[in-house]
Amino acid sequence: MSNTEWPLWEIFIRSKAGLDHKHVGSLHASDAQMAIEMARDVYTRRQEGISIWAVESLHIHASNPDDAAAFFDPMNDKVYRHPTFYDLPDELTHM
Amino acid sequence: MNSNLLNYVLQLADNGLIYGHRLSEWCGHGPILEVDMALSNIALDSIGAARSFYQYAASMEGNGKTEDSYPYLREVTDFKNALILELPNGGFADTIARSFFFDAFQFHFYTALCHSTDKQIAGIAEKSLKEVTYHLRFSSEWVIRLGDGTEESKQKIQAAIENIWTYPGELFEPSVEEKALMLEGIAPDITLLKSSWNDTVAKTLEEATLQFPIGKADAWHHSGGKKGIHTEYLGFILAEMQHMQRVYPGCEW
Repeated sequence: MSNTEWPLWEIFIRSKAGLDHKHVGSLHASDAQMAIEMARDVYTRRQEGISIWAVESLHIHASNPDDAAAFFDPMNDKVYRHPTFYDLPDELTHM
Repeated sequence: MNSNLLNYVLQLADNGLIYGHRLSEWCGHGPILEVDMALSNIALDSIGAARSFYQYAASMEGNGKTEDSYPYLREVTDFKNALILELPNGGFADTIARSFFFDAFQFHFYTALCHSTDKQIAGIAEKSLKEVTYHLRFSSEWVIRLGDGTEESKQKIQAAIENIWTYPGELFEPSVEEKALMLEGIAPDITLLKSSWNDTVAKTLEEATLQFPIGKADAWHHSGGKKGIHTEYLGFILAEMQHMQRVYPGCEW
């Protein structure tokens, strides 16, 4: 059955208030048009969005979980990279 | 109370209810999860439109009637839906063929119904037209996918179209009550919709590389739904749908 399954697509939805498309899940579809129509039925039936992106999953390249230690842990002790050490002028109120 | 209008509103409601009921039978049985949900969404749209019409009918009739009185407590001969809608679902291709023919009708019909001089009807039509536009897109895309798909899918959708071809004709036959309402501008003249429906159907079938049943366009067709003369299938639908209300009148959950 696996070799006759339709390709997998990742679905991104932009909500009414949001500016960016957010990943909401994935689904199987035979082509991009079908993926978008199915995403409409599966992921926007409760008014979740006003725009849909579909990306075939095979086009997404991910970091390897095994690399997590080398990739992300070194940032643990480098708090100086956060911009929290600056003195803000009093006039700035909405930071 | 305008009894022609009540008759007409119930006819529109019954079409929505029975179509929605048939599609809802796919819930949990769809060929894939996404199509299962799509069919259920369309079923809910259709039953939602039916509810609006039943509520309107109840407000006209008064006398303690509610939107539930019509689906749950009428006899089979009181229902006025088109016969094509009560036919069993068959396979997926059969359901798609039925949906495609009916959605194409609904699209042209609701477009015209938006101009009804009855504000309530026009309002419901306007809201439903957006949904119907999507329904037609969904069923058309599937006709094309099946027709222009594999040899097996093509054979199945072509057979489904031939099998159901004697049913859509009824959709363009006005009832006596409807003809009276046409004069008042409440009901659109459905006989005028036939050619645009033919165009819509022909265009999609061509894209799907399917045969339009040529020469059969104006051939004999089944009819009777608007007069309450139904196929044997409607009785089974109602038996299931009405069972609880018949056995436990007024039951709620």
